[in-house]
Amino acid sequence: MFKLILRNVGARKMRLAMSALAIVLGVAFLSGVLVFSAGLSKTFDGIIQGTTPDGVVRVEGAESFTAGETGVSAATVTPDTVARLAALPEVDRADGNVDGFGMYVVDSDGDLLGGTGAPTLAFNRTEAPNMDGNNILTLLDGRWGKGAGEIVLDEGSAEKAGYSLGDSVKLLTPAGQLERTATLVGTAEFNGGGTAGATLIIFDTPGAQEVFLGGRDVFTTVALTAADGVSQSELVKAAKAVLPAGFEAVPGDQVVKESEDAMAQFLDVIKTFLLVFALIAVIVGAFIIVNTFSILVAQRTRESALLRALGASRRQVTSAILAEAFVMALFASTVGIGLGWALARGLAAMFSSFGLDIEGSFLNLTTATVVTSYTVGILVTLVAALLPARRAGRVAPVAAMREDTVPAKGSLRRRSVIGSIVIAVSVAAAIAGLAGVDGMPAAAWVGIGAFLSLLTVAVLSPVIGFPVLVACRAVFGRLFGASGRLAGENAMRDPRRTGATASALMIGLALVSTIAVMAGSMKASVDTVVDEQFAPDFIAQSVIFAPFSTQVGDRMEQVDGVATVSRQQMLDAKVDGHNETIGAADANFDDVSKLEAGEGSVDFGAGKAIINEDKAEEEGWKVGDTLKLAFPGGKKLSIQIGGIIRENSVVVFGINVPLEVVEQAGIQRQDNALSIVLDDGADPAAVHRALDRVAKPIPLIEVNDKEGFAESIRGQVNQLLYMIYGLLALAIIIAIIGIVNTLGLSVLERTREIGLLRAIGMTRRQLRRTITLESVAIAVLGAVLGMALGLIYGTLLQRVLKEDLTVLSIPFSQLLVFGLIAVVVGVLAAVMPAVRASRLNVLNAISTE
Amino acid sequence: MTSPVVTSPAAARAVDLTKVYGSGESEVRALAGVTLDLNAGEFTAIMGPSGSGKSTLMHCLAALDTPSSGQVIVDGTELGSLSDKDLTVLRRSRIGFIFQSFNLIPTLSARENILLPLSLAGAAPDQAWFDAVVDTVGLRDRLGHRPSEMSGGQQQRVACARALVSKPSIIFADEPTGNLDSVSGADVLAFLRRSVDEFGQTIVMVTHDAVAASHCDRVIFLADGAVVDELARPSREEILEHITALQAAAVGNRRDTGA
Repeated sequence: MFKLILRNVGARKMRLAMSALAIVLGVAFLSGVLVFSAGLSKTFDGIIQGTTPDGVVRVEGAESFTAGETGVSAATVTPDTVARLAALPEVDRADGNVDGFGMYVVDSDGDLLGGTGAPTLAFNRTEAPNMDGNNILTLLDGRWGKGAGEIVLDEGSAEKAGYSLGDSVKLLTPAGQLERTATLVGTAEFNGGGTAGATLIIFDTPGAQEVFLGGRDVFTTVALTAADGVSQSELVKAAKAVLPAGFEAVPGDQVVKESEDAMAQFLDVIKTFLLVFALIAVIVGAFIIVNTFSILVAQRTRESALLRALGASRRQVTSAILAEAFVMALFASTVGIGLGWALARGLAAMFSSFGLDIEGSFLNLTTATVVTSYTVGILVTLVAALLPARRAGRVAPVAAMREDTVPAKGSLRRRSVIGSIVIAVSVAAAIAGLAGVDGMPAAAWVGIGAFLSLLTVAVLSPVIGFPVLVACRAVFGRLFGASGRLAGENAMRDPRRTGATASALMIGLALVSTIAVMAGSMKASVDTVVDEQFAPDFIAQSVIFAPFSTQVGDRMEQVDGVATVSRQQMLDAKVDGHNETIGAADANFDDVSKLEAGEGSVDFGAGKAIINEDKAEEEGWKVGDTLKLAFPGGKKLSIQIGGIIRENSVVVFGINVPLEVVEQAGIQRQDNALSIVLDDGADPAAVHRALDRVAKPIPLIEVNDKEGFAESIRGQVNQLLYMIYGLLALAIIIAIIGIVNTLGLSVLERTREIGLLRAIGMTRRQLRRTITLESVAIAVLGAVLGMALGLIYGTLLQRVLKEDLTVLSIPFSQLLVFGLIAVVVGVLAAVMPAVRASRLNVLNAISTE
Repeated sequence: MTSPVVTSPAAARAVDLTKVYGSGESEVRALAGVTLDLNAGEFTAIMGPSGSGKSTLMHCLAALDTPSSGQVIVDGTELGSLSDKDLTVLRRSRIGFIFQSFNLIPTLSARENILLPLSLAGAAPDQAWFDAVVDTVGLRDRLGHRPSEMSGGQQQRVACARALVSKPSIIFADEPTGNLDSVSGADVLAFLRRSVDEFGQTIVMVTHDAVAASHCDRVIFLADGAVVDELARPSREEILEHITALQAAAVGNRRDTGA
């Protein structure tokens, strides 16, 4: 008897450990994301703080424009101005900076260093200290460079690119002469440590001036260092007096804040993205807790009844269960937080492969992280255990005396009624989204409907999923005979338990399928758009969508068989006071892109602005109206609207101007894209090869025909898709744990039955198959419900986002793969419970009470 | 002690069977050298006080437990050399079981429960035989019901039908009436009796109920792991007498060793 008790305790420990694992993983993901996010912010804040001086003189309005990506102001500061600034009594020193955007390192294998990740920063080194009075850069090896022929790289980049001191480093420059080489004479790092994955190319001042400013002795910005006892605002105030027009002086604190805010916008996207997946994992884990505790409570009905018979109050019985949940949650959260700390390093490694390096020493457990993780872990567990715990409290004392200890179960009717109402609300929300009801974006309406219905279907799965289980029973019975039929029956024996277990998998698969439908539609939409609007024979673009030197186009024009190279550049401008990205294109563009005029003329050679229909409608602009544009660096221009493009095209912006406007605006001329048209009769394959040969030494540039262009966009969609699948995998793993848990508990509950089956002639193999098939039935139920919901959600989202996702495409082959994966999941989850069951001693099993 | 009279060939045979649990001080000899032939076409009862080893003997004979030494031969097959899988197949095809309680799979209907050993073996049922068995136990109108929808007596009759339907060489019944009221118990016993008389079935029943044993052709008495006596076609009174004597002897023994 004592042995039996011990074994029961051991078994219970095992069950608790399994459900605790669900919390452990959920909390680990959460705390891992929190640790990673904090490390991310700290890394960037450290760099920003460590590189900002007391004050900065810069082109007016610079903060309104994203630096470098969409053109650089050609406005500069002369050494005279720097000298006048330095002479001010409030200024300790003034150092002229040369900031060069758009320079890239080609690594020793001929590939682009850094790829699509963190930026490459090229600048001149000065002695200017940061706000804390420290040097911005620390030399680690070698010496600082002299002239345009010598550079210092940050240590990480030099290593990644495979360059050592004395090597000749190939550089791609953003404007003018395309390629140059410089000798690596030293390695350095930011005073604060890492570069977050950014590449630093450091020249001396004359070198930077030669490379970026055509050798003129001028600067792009000035770093100001305050004299002793002078505040930043006093410094800035004094500096303003001597500044030329179009320039402003800004306190260092403001620069830091602007940079951090700009960074935060980008980082918040990553953080929120990760946090969403962490919460999904926690919610899936909660389902498993509910289920485990429901089963435990059911199995302990007699024990609870005995407690009640001995005088325990309902509340005491309930509290006992909750206390057990609390202890488990405390333990699991502790393990989870520790695991999260390690997981944060995994995330950091993953992001580092995308070019975002987090300083390892910043990946720490902060108090906030620990408190949040414990709170979420414990709260979720307690809430999940509350329902089963209350059920335990409701057990009648007389149940202790009863032979059969079937716990009282409420009918599923109440569940169904409430569930149907919530489903109706979800449907209403989805319809509101489709109908475009005001108050919220359509996708948000659909999102609310999806969230509500997902949870409701999870709760209603015993009812909704019943036909799936009936089908499983029929199929299994046909395929596997008695053991299949028994498996089907077992899965239907307690539909709540099966449903709740399947729900965890259902949530994961609903999300995966939604994403699959969206991604499939996105790819199909891209194909359609590219097919309709990819008018030239080839397009040459930067792989990181950055502008590049006009020399690339010059070289491509020389290729045999090329008739026309049409150039486009993106610009940031203020249009009537609003920031707007506008397009600039040369005179060939409208022909090459086969643009058609809705009104006026869409000739880019006419010196007039050309807008698209949407923009015209939105702003109420007409042909002949005049637009007022302001550019970084302070240049202002007026331009008349010459035409409105018929139908919306993805190859143009809302506002487009002729290419010559770029130089008039005081912006450096570069190209963002080149549209290439071939001579009649030219062999496209041969020309493509020739163009590729031109692009080969410039790994920044990619030449694509229509199919290749669509393919490269599909590739980007896929990359994101696989990352999301990877993050959702954790939710699936937690769901597998749930199935293992439920099966383990069911096997335990059916020990006698298993003994009987074995006695009357079921082989171990048949028994294992029975349990495996039951597991597969659960997994299939989760998969079918999840994929059905995912299909609905994906389709609805495509409908409300049909401006961008023009085509609905359901990736049936992928869904089929998901279904097969679900079967595999079922088989895997059954391994442990099945082996355990088949090892049961027949005699012991049959005589178990 | 009278030596067993062989009236027909043995359906199952035990030769010098021992079963020992534990070791050293705590060693318990549940079976201390049992040699026994169970005759085909007979209804045999195994009786004895608690701890006499009657259940252990049945478990060993029924291929549910392995003896510490000795041989078990069922329908000509020696069990000692068989793997778990072979034993399972043997149980499925040549042995029928009726337990005291929890005899049926709750998720299956009566018909499915009856046919379970056959469907596990992947064998097709003999419809005429199935009908005969079902009519004998009087369950025709209950075939679609699940165990939870049937009385204890009905459930036990389903178990009997299941044991019979695969035409086993021998059926082992472990206190089949132990959980039933006297009327249901009598039904089940009458049914077992008929299976022996009409179908020539071999049945071995472990019981401590003298009324149940009085339905049998032969009653074997066990005490302290050994066969001590047996009676042919005894009356209820004869059996009770025998048991009382055995129990008195056992109590006396214990007093002797205790003193």
